[in-house]
Amino acid sequence: MRSFLQAVPSLNRRSFLRVGTAAAGGLLAALFFDRPANAQEAAPPPPPKNYPPDAFVHVRPDGQIVITVNRVELGQGIQTALPMVLADEMDADWSRVVAEIAPAGEVYKDPILGIQIVGGSSSIPNSFQQYRELGAKMRAMLVAAAADRWHVTADQCRAENSVVYGPGTRSASYAELSTEAAGKAVPEKVRLKDPSQFKIIGQRVRRLDGKAKCDGSQKFGMDVDLPGMKIALVARPPVFGGRVRALDDKDSRSIAGVVDVFEIPLAHGTGVAVVADRFWPAKQARDRLKIDWDLSGIEHADSAELRGRYKKLARTAGLVAISRGDPAAMDRIPAERRVIAEFDFPYLAHTPMEPLNVTVRFDGDRAEAWTTTQMPTFEQLAVAGILGVKPDQVTFHVGFGGGAFGRRGSLDEHVIREAAVIAKRFPRAPVKLIWTREDDVRGGYYRPLFAHRVEIGLGKDGMPLAWKHVVVGQSFLIGSKFEPLAVKNGVDPLLVEGAANAGYSIPNFQVWEHHPKVSVPVLWWRSVGNSHNSFVVETLIDELAARARIDPIAYRLKLLDADAKKQRAVLALLQEKAGWRGSLPPSHAAGIACTEYYGTAVACAVDVSIENNRPRIHRATMAIHCGIAVNPLTLENQCQGGIGFGLTQLMAKGAITLKGGRVEQRNFDGYTPPYMVDAPVTADVHIVPSTDAPTGAGEAPVPAISPAVVNALSRLTGRRYRSLPLTTI
Amino acid sequence: MTTYQLTVNGERKEVAVDPGTPLLWVLREELKLTGTKYGCGIGACGACTVHLGGIATRSCLVPVSLIGDRAIVTIEGIAGDAAGRAVQEAWVDKDVVQCGYCQSGQIMSAVALLKAVPRPTDADIEQSMGGNLCRCATYVRIREAIKSAAGQP
Repeated sequence: MRSFLQAVPSLNRRSFLRVGTAAAGGLLAALFFDRPANAQEAAPPPPPKNYPPDAFVHVRPDGQIVITVNRVELGQGIQTALPMVLADEMDADWSRVVAEIAPAGEVYKDPILGIQIVGGSSSIPNSFQQYRELGAKMRAMLVAAAADRWHVTADQCRAENSVVYGPGTRSASYAELSTEAAGKAVPEKVRLKDPSQFKIIGQRVRRLDGKAKCDGSQKFGMDVDLPGMKIALVARPPVFGGRVRALDDKDSRSIAGVVDVFEIPLAHGTGVAVVADRFWPAKQARDRLKIDWDLSGIEHADSAELRGRYKKLARTAGLVAISRGDPAAMDRIPAERRVIAEFDFPYLAHTPMEPLNVTVRFDGDRAEAWTTTQMPTFEQLAVAGILGVKPDQVTFHVGFGGGAFGRRGSLDEHVIREAAVIAKRFPRAPVKLIWTREDDVRGGYYRPLFAHRVEIGLGKDGMPLAWKHVVVGQSFLIGSKFEPLAVKNGVDPLLVEGAANAGYSIPNFQVWEHHPKVSVPVLWWRSVGNSHNSFVVETLIDELAARARIDPIAYRLKLLDADAKKQRAVLALLQEKAGWRGSLPPSHAAGIACTEYYGTAVACAVDVSIENNRPRIHRATMAIHCGIAVNPLTLENQCQGGIGFGLTQLMAKGAITLKGGRVEQRNFDGYTPPYMVDAPVTADVHIVPSTDAPTGAGEAPVPAISPAVVNALSRLTGRRYRSLPLTTI
Repeated sequence: MTTYQLTVNGERKEVAVDPGTPLLWVLREELKLTGTKYGCGIGACGACTVHLGGIATRSCLVPVSLIGDRAIVTIEGIAGDAAGRAVQEAWVDKDVVQCGYCQSGQIMSAVALLKAVPRPTDADIEQSMGGNLCRCATYVRIREAIKSAAGQP
């Protein structure tokens, strides 16, 4: 299965999510450009098919090779992986390669989607071929230049490590040839290497940004520093949608360094911007604002109320997301062979380590922006619309991001819109808008709160014959620019991904969804639908395996679809590598889970005991199948990190809750993601060898861990855990 | 505004700021040492960790007026010290980082640990590193890199 962000037609059974993929690129672009704010802009031409290699590769006279990467670096390692792909086909000297993040630009759009994006783990699947071709074209042009210089044919030349060798002792470096090569025609077609010829792809290559991130020299958006720059903070309403009724800013304005205080529109209500020459005066001034908020006429969302309401909704059929076999089959299964389970999951904040920030400078007829975003061209358009300039008059710099996990891929560009509104008041002065951690934790755009109800009917052999699953939670696609692309007949596929397509062969299978409208802003959160659906499916499968007295790996292998080849492969590899499961001390238990996310399968086993009434994870073993593993070293790190990120929802304080419309948490003291002691002590990662086309790995390692841990806990305590976070064990 | 004399990475610096300004913002905005990061502002994430008088300290919690004559060492200056270099090299060698935003603070905490306990156990590591949040969850590799810097397998 692939996401609509990957837009490659899928051939397998799990095709119901394949909505509108064929027209993805054009449609997405058209949708965006049809928005009223940008109606004056004509739809852009589709991205060129024959990319100019010089937009991506520059061979410097000193032999250094600069590769521009069309994807922002957020920690996932794409600034190393795509250069590896290009350099391999180019036969470049890897030790001389440096990478740069592309600015917003037509040529840097995803070659399949037609938008510039990091999301849905689509970077490698969608740009692997593109970067191979770019590298091969560069190589062909360099070889052609050498052949011409020596009056021989290209066939008589070969390239290796940034040098072209010709007949006899002839040789010339790429640096020497670069000027002549630039004059050569860009070949339309090039032959790519057979995977057996890869020299860089598949190697454990250290990150190009590793050193700069260890000596303090790596600049992030937060580190942008420009002459005359001002710092802006915004006081936001205590309830989403609240508005400023009256403002007393006398105390704030008296603070040295404060430049201005004024009301601004927000995506949800209105707020008060405080602009100062430094962060600290801005923060103090914001703290001293006296704002009378108008909170009338808006919803005061409440987590407890929502859970209750969702739970009731989950007992009713909703929109049909998938239906296979006979919905009435359940009625023929006797009650003693039925399992009914209800689950609920809280709102979750992403809390990337680098708080959200954007710097914008408005010069009257031009503008410049510096930020870290998963969708640069959309944000460039948003800024242009607010400042009344054309998008190409906004020079848009994309910087390294201190994490994102979906949070820097908002569908309404609300952060940069706030920054643009503020910067418009200060012509020629750069303004850096900072969301403090409190703004981030309380500011919405959460993984939605969900309730699930599942009814399972079992055969006499303990295998499921009927499965009815209802998912209830907000949709962030509905009402967004992605709705027409992804939502069909009112069904948001992201709500049920991981449930509707889990890969298990159950003859009578129905999944429904409800997506009530709630005023709390919601957004994708690393591994999206699988973050809750995989928990439901994988804890229930484990429960069924225990009930049938079958080993959980064997049970899954028995139940998986015949064509779930990747899941079968990772389970088989896990069985081999997690032999420790059989020799644990009595106070420990093993738990396993297996998931597939956008074409990448993961199986995970954990060794868990209970310490201080919390799960202690002594070891995690993970097997992953993502086709060609471009950089196994980064992949290993991604898997270990995905495990840690996936544990967020098991933390005792791993929930955002609302009471009377107000978010109850403010910072990491109230919303506490995993620290070192919460993560596995060791995590060994095993990659299924493959020459299949590569699939993404940024999100796939996330969803398996929390069900695996809970499955181990259930073995230790005999209890089932169906309400998260895990406040008690 | 008050003028303060600070010793940062071995150099004397003078800044004129409000006495309540946290060291973090003095480093970042006045001295342009942006390797020290803002993550939470309440001492809960460790991204702003520096060495103050040799002790790993959350710079977001220390007002500049309370620093006195204690020497400040930041990530930009930690390579001037053998333990600092060993930790940085181990971090690069083990390919610890992902987004990297928390890693200045992680490294500063790790260096302080190794100076106090040259051969730390897992329990020592968990105790000293326990307040440094990494949202990318590079903890397994952080642990390995500390052991490697300590000369342990």
